[in-house]
Amino acid sequence: MFGVTGDLARKKLMPAVYDLANRGLLPPGFSLVGYARRDWEDEDFAQLTYESVKEHARTPFRDTVWQQLSEGVRFVQGDFDDNAAFDRLAQTVRDLDQERGTGGNYAFYLSIPPKFFPLVVQQLKRSGLSDPDAVSGVVGGRRPWRRVVIEKPFGHDLASARELNANLDGVFPPHAVFRIDHYLGKETVQNILALRFANEMYEPIWNRGYIDHVQITMAEDIGIGGRAGYYDGIGAARDVIQNHLLQLLALTAMEEPVAFDADSLRTEKEKVLSAVRLPADLAAGTARGQYAAGWQGGVAVHGFLEEDGIPADSRTETYAALRLGVDTRRWAGVPFYLRAGKRLPRRMTEIAMMFQRAPHLPFAATDTRELGQNALVIRIQPDEGITVRFGSKVPGTAMEVRDVNMDFAYGESFTESSPEAYERLLLDVLIGDPPLFPRQQEVELGWRILDPVEQFWAEYTKPEQYPAGSAGPASADALMARDGRAWRRL
Amino acid sequence: MTIDLTDTTTGAIHDALTQARRRMGGPASGMVLTLIIVTNEEAQYDAVRAAVQAGREHPSRVLTVIPRKPKADSRLDAEIRVGETGPGATILLRLYGPLAQHADSVVAPLLVPDAPVVIWWPDELSASAVKAALGVIAQRRVTDAAAGETPQEMLLHLAETYQPGDTDLSWTRSTPWRSLLAATLDQPYPALLSGQVEAEPANPTADLIAAWLRLRLGIPVSRGESAGPGITSVSFDTPDGQIMLCRPDGRTATLSWPGRPDRRVALHRRDTADLIAEELRRLEPDEVYGETLREFARGPVFAGIAAT
Repeated sequence: MFGVTGDLARKKLMPAVYDLANRGLLPPGFSLVGYARRDWEDEDFAQLTYESVKEHARTPFRDTVWQQLSEGVRFVQGDFDDNAAFDRLAQTVRDLDQERGTGGNYAFYLSIPPKFFPLVVQQLKRSGLSDPDAVSGVVGGRRPWRRVVIEKPFGHDLASARELNANLDGVFPPHAVFRIDHYLGKETVQNILALRFANEMYEPIWNRGYIDHVQITMAEDIGIGGRAGYYDGIGAARDVIQNHLLQLLALTAMEEPVAFDADSLRTEKEKVLSAVRLPADLAAGTARGQYAAGWQGGVAVHGFLEEDGIPADSRTETYAALRLGVDTRRWAGVPFYLRAGKRLPRRMTEIAMMFQRAPHLPFAATDTRELGQNALVIRIQPDEGITVRFGSKVPGTAMEVRDVNMDFAYGESFTESSPEAYERLLLDVLIGDPPLFPRQQEVELGWRILDPVEQFWAEYTKPEQYPAGSAGPASADALMARDGRAWRRL
Repeated sequence: MTIDLTDTTTGAIHDALTQARRRMGGPASGMVLTLIIVTNEEAQYDAVRAAVQAGREHPSRVLTVIPRKPKADSRLDAEIRVGETGPGATILLRLYGPLAQHADSVVAPLLVPDAPVVIWWPDELSASAVKAALGVIAQRRVTDAAAGETPQEMLLHLAETYQPGDTDLSWTRSTPWRSLLAATLDQPYPALLSGQVEAEPANPTADLIAAWLRLRLGIPVSRGESAGPGITSVSFDTPDGQIMLCRPDGRTATLSWPGRPDRRVALHRRDTADLIAEELRRLEPDEVYGETLREFARGPVFAGIAAT
């Protein structure tokens, strides 16, 4: 694991490793080697791991599990351009093969900024670590595997995504590259597939004949926090729409895969992503904003331009909304509205399928005035579950129809706490099961969709200010109003 | 279960609610609306009690906003009650310092998703700033003209600022009277020459009933004073004599009609929980209230006191 001192490693990855061990899902002899610049011994690294596990693990802490896990924890100190350090790393893992019987299978987790990828990948090649035959040779008649795990951002546009991929490509074959989009590891996201393809009652209405439009929302209540260096120049659209929200769109809109395996799944996702169309008029079909100072959740907060490390003239957006079309027989004419933003009233990610209104209502107009559109809402986080919204008669002597909710909550139907997304994804890396990891093709399709929008924004628009704690800029509401629709309340 | 959170944020309140929901097997599901109460420390007990009682009919999340010490530093304290008072949840939010001016930033993240929002000011309306920010969130806004010292002035103020979705509990109190009056005249009746509503001096419900009768019947309706309790009588002069609904004791009304025996009808004064429950039953704008309020504002009905 490269970048072990980072936030992600401490808060998510190492606790996930422990949780996997605790659930008994790690192979015996599993070992974890940390690589970082810090001048540490194995014990220091073990201590860091111990602390992060204690603090962030989801399963209860058991000393025996920890003991067994910590025996395989090693640390190698070095810079990314330090040949000797990488040779030491190679030696360390070879030793582990001998001592712990790891069998010569290595996964490299690059929890580091993408600009270091080329360097690290070249080092892995130079030191022979990336070559299954160079270090360990054939073990037990099976050629050991090499896998590399990378985190978003996968570039900041199509060209840079390709360049990034080219850096990996020479060293690791495409099937050995695992791109983590942690959204895809979430139970609720995987449940979209179960909901759609394991049931009979949804698929018949999952099309333009019944759906009026789809709203995909990722709202965060936090600001950019300490991520100014990363966020400035990237913005909401590149940060989450290009990956998370387009993945959600793909899972929502795609056709049924012929099998639940990586190839079939990715093929369907790529098909639907390649059918995504931008609005003809980008000025009317997109909106973006920047949070201004305001009150969010009971706390007075700074505006984006006043955050540490953000230039006062930054044109990076913290809120982005898009209206997309999907040019397939299933979805022709059904707009998909995507929005993502920071410093909104609450943290919430959801997919809302908004149904058409009943073609005829045999009730008096006043009886159904409180009746909205039927909706099926997949709540991704928090409070994972599904809500179905439909009209019901209000008890009483008058015929009055009002919207009610039917609610499925994960926490109630399955009391076993669902695993953290990273647990699932790490396990899949170890098993070599790739359906939940986007292929390079998907990443490129995402940029193909977003690049024209980013270019348009860069040339013609300035993000509109919206008060922190509000539901976003007025232009986003106008975007919906032009189509005679409205965003769901956050 | 009561959870106290001091110096907290809406995020922490949200987490506490979700946890409580998990632990208790879902008392939070099936909530049909969010009821926001803006009140003060003194009045909150009665208001919350009424809301919780109404919540038996309409499971809801009750958010009670209590502004405290305007000079203090900004701080949010929350008291969450789940599972003990009936369905739904009650959250008391105490807003210290400048935060009280931004109550909407606290309330908005705590609304029940998808469900309608009703806001209720049980006390006299003074902090109009809070009303502006919070009122926008809600689709029904419930005031109570009877809570203040000068209900008629309050009604005039409400008439000035009326927008669809507003309602007032003094109007809700008129429902049983109005349905009884409507039923009384739902049969052939002699020509009505004029009407009279008698009640305690500061009774906005009587004023609204008088305005409503004027509007609906197109006859002059005056407002007379009596010792109460509440409204004591509504009467119409006809060429044949007086049609009169008389309720001297606040419990039972007597209907007298020229040439017919007197009839007695139960006509209770209702408590606040009933009123709130009634308001929560219909969530679309109450247009008749709007028309009546406008009629009231056109000619002050209480000037008719002189006619007695």
